[in-house]
Formats: sequence, structure tokens, C-alpha cells
Amino acid sequence: MTGITGHNIFCGLGFGSDEVYSRIRAGESDLGLHDSGFALPEPFYASLVQRDEIERRFAGLPDTCQMTAFEKAMVLSAADAVAMSGIDPSAEDTLFVLSSTKGNVELLESGMERPDGRMSIWSSARRLASFFGNPNEPVCVSNACTSGICAQIAAFRAISSGKFRNAVVVGADFLSRFVVSGFQSLKALSSERCRPFALHRKGLNLSEAVASIVLSSDTAGIGISLEGGAIRNDATHISAPSRTASGQIAAINAVLEGKPGFDLAFVNLHGTATLYNDSMESVALHTCGLDTLPAVSYKSIFGHTLGAAGVVETIVSALSMLEGVVFPTPGYGENGVPYELSLSDRFRKISGTGFLKVMSGFGGVNAATLYKLIR
Amino acid sequence: MKLLSEYSFVPSPENVDELYRSLGMSYPKFFKMDLMSKASLLAAERVLLSAGLRSDETKPDMAVVLVNSTSSAIDDIEFQKTISKESFFPSPSLFVYTLPNVACAEIAIRNRIMGETSFYLRSSYSEDFLFKAAGWAFSDPSCRKVLCGWTECLTDTPLCRMMLLERDI
Repeated sequence: MTGITGHNIFCGLGFGSDEVYSRIRAGESDLGLHDSGFALPEPFYASLVQRDEIERRFAGLPDTCQMTAFEKAMVLSAADAVAMSGIDPSAEDTLFVLSSTKGNVELLESGMERPDGRMSIWSSARRLASFFGNPNEPVCVSNACTSGICAQIAAFRAISSGKFRNAVVVGADFLSRFVVSGFQSLKALSSERCRPFALHRKGLNLSEAVASIVLSSDTAGIGISLEGGAIRNDATHISAPSRTASGQIAAINAVLEGKPGFDLAFVNLHGTATLYNDSMESVALHTCGLDTLPAVSYKSIFGHTLGAAGVVETIVSALSMLEGVVFPTPGYGENGVPYELSLSDRFRKISGTGFLKVMSGFGGVNAATLYKLIR
Repeated sequence: MKLLSEYSFVPSPENVDELYRSLGMSYPKFFKMDLMSKASLLAAERVLLSAGLRSDETKPDMAVVLVNSTSSAIDDIEFQKTISKESFFPSPSLFVYTLPNVACAEIAIRNRIMGETSFYLRSSYSEDFLFKAAGWAFSDPSCRKVLCGWTECLTDTPLCRMMLLERDI
């Protein structure tokens, strides 16, 4: 058994999973309009991590390698999750796994012609691991928007191989002129708070977050175990999902295979609120016979936090599973996908002993992970 | 795991064009790709041909695992130039290639590979890590073959090395 033994979310709503969870449980969201953010000509809707909050929390901690704010936020998040888990982060059998799509990309704004070591995601991961005195080369996963659960799958496999007892999975992405203008150029952003699966959805909201999960062998931890994961490509298009949802169907079927009678309580969808993603997910759930299962997307609460999304959303799903509820999907009104899913604007009580998490991303990649409630 | 075939070359704009011609390929999408996708796709083409596998056969049991050091930095730098305050014309077709796993997708699309695709970042070339990452892909019970490679176009020692590995029976 591979259990979640520690976790942390650091986002615009606050620091620590408990604080963030209680705020979103009360219906709060930090999504808002950012006019002239990153000196961009077009405004965008987002939630940002306050940089002075990072510095305030980091003050007094040893910074021997002049970390960027992005790296300091990762250290703070990982330290909180590690403290909760009680593991030794410096042990040989502890592995650090980083999920990030763009890391320190904002350093490019200085006009460099060749990337230096600071910009590389592996070097951010090394600074993170070395802060904790960990001797192992960290694993860095870069699988677009699915990275946060792909990193958990890598950690699960590393633990299953027997070499590691614990893995600290950190998902982190900050926004920048680079990231926001790129998504704007793709016409993927909504000018208002996003509305996953809704008829009048206009696109996604980008956001920032750093989140950490500690996975440990032979324990149920907080009462949620990771049962496994699967990754599948739909081999259709580099920046659009397959209309037949072939990749996501294959990922869901693979993760549920060999688990007959697994009593799913809900499914946590990717639900970015783009036209194509949400339609594809409804086709996938319908084909897998899961369209009546209670479903939720957190994108209209947190926005799309890119490499952090899979970690943030797993933590919220795990805590809601422990509480026995599934979250509402704010902004969902009239159904706007080919097969109507079981989404709601209010909290629902759940029965069942586990949840499914699915994500998809650029590069035709689809991933699914399965979690079980252990009492 | 068993090594079925492998191919290495030094990726550069000239070398990928020459390799494309020498393979006699007719694949118009190739000319829209970034250098890393071109190099990875061509190395995959060579390795799959050597193993007698056709690009138009669906491969539900094959994975693509790529690793490099600088991620998509070549394209990142180019994209950054399109968003300066003086000249702001961000290019969506360039932005898409600022995700390194798009190289996995180009190989998957060309060769109808429907299994896992994963991209990892590592400080420098490590054969041990390539085999470890391939082993992780094989831990998925449906995976029979892994196209696994190092694809780095930017450091002082650019190298594209692709291997086709098969699960031990």
C-alpha cells in the first residue's frame, strides 16, 4: 500500500491544505481580473501567489543557493508536507519528484540567448532536494497539464520498485508574461471566471500554485492510498484532444482494470472549461459507463494551476473523500457537453470508498490515477 | 528488457534535413516541427524501421519515453523574442513547442503509438536513468515495447539516442 502521509497547498487562498480547504469549503475563490498584469496588453482572469508572502514565510530559512521566489515557494510547501508526514527527507530511501511545465521561465525576460543552469527545471529540483539534504537525483516530470498526476505515478512506481520508502511529490508553476501571452495567443483563456462543462463556457483561467504530497510505503497515512495510475496518448493532435477521447478512455480503463467492484464515490475531472477538453471528457466518461458517477472540476475555484494542478486537486479530493462529500463545480449551469455528467452547484454527500482523478494535456497525453479510502 | 534496435546522431538543423532525405520520407508535418521533435521523430523512424515495424500500424502496447536536460529551451527563447514590449506578436504555433512532451506526441502521431508517453528532465545524459524510466513504463502491464531516448539539441554536447526496448517474457 502507498499512502498519502503529508500534503500542502500554497496558493492565492493561503498556505497549508487545511487553511485552503476551509476557505474553499466556505465557497471562497481567489480568481479575479488582473488588468495590466505582467505588463500585458490584455487583462486576464487568475489567482496569484503573493510574492511578499513567500519572502515573509521564507525569512530566516537558509538560502545557500539564492533561490528564486518560485523555488522558495516549493521549499516552503514541501517542508510543510514533510513535517506532517514525519518522514526523514534526507534519507537515501526518500525521493523528490517535481512536476512543473515551465519552472523558472520568467528568467528569460533578462534577454538571455542561451539558457543558463538556473532556468533548467532539473536545477530547481536539485535546489529543492539539496535544501532537505537529500542525496538522490530528483525526478522531473514534464508531461504538460497531466504532470501533477504523472509525477505521482512516477513516485508510485519508484516506491513499488522497492528502492524508495517515501517520495515527496511537488507540483509547481508560476505565471509570467511568457505563459499568459502564450495561452492568450491560443485563444484559450476566458475573460471571466471559467465555467467547466457549461453551455456558455469561454475557456480556462490560468493560476498559480505550489502543492506537495508525501507518498509512503506500507501505510494508509491520512487514510487515503494511491492505488495506481496509467498514462495513454491519443496520437491525434499536438494541441487538441481526440474527439473520440480514445486516450482518456484507455487511461481510465487501464487504471480500473483488475479492480472489479471498486466502489468509486466520485470522479475528479480535468474540466478546464475549454470547449474541446470538456467535451472530450464527457465522451470518455460516457464510454466508460461513468457518466452518472458524481463528478467535480475545481478549475472554477483554483483556476488551472498547470504543473501544480494534479497535486492541488488530488489533495482537495482526498480531503473531501475523508469528509464524505464531493465539491460543487461553481459556474456549471446548463450542460454544454455531448453527454451530461453528474455535476452540481452544491456539496453532495457521497458513498463509496475511492475516487478517480483524470487529466489531459497538450501533446495528446491523458492520465488517470485511482485513490482508496482506508479506514 | 531486451534491446531490439538503437540509433544515435548529433541533432542540428542540417543533420535532421539530411536524415529526412536519406530516409526517403514524405511527411509534410515534419516541416512544421521544432528541432527536438524533428530529431526525435527521425531517430524513432530509424529504430522502428530497423525492427521491422510499420508507421501505419496502431501500437496500443508501445510507450514513448524521452529525456533531456534543457527541456524546450530553444523554443522558449524564440517565443520570448515574440513577446517583447516593443514588438508583441506571440506565436501560437511556436508556443505549442514550448512543452517538451510535444516531441513524444509527434512520434506517437506519426507511428500511431497509443500507450504511455512521458518526458523527464535530467541534468545530463544517463543511460541508467533511461533504463529506469523505461522500466517504469514497463510496470504498466499492457506495455510490451518502449521507444526510449535522450534528445538534447542545445547543450555543448547535443545528442539524440533512441532505443527500442522489449519486455522480457
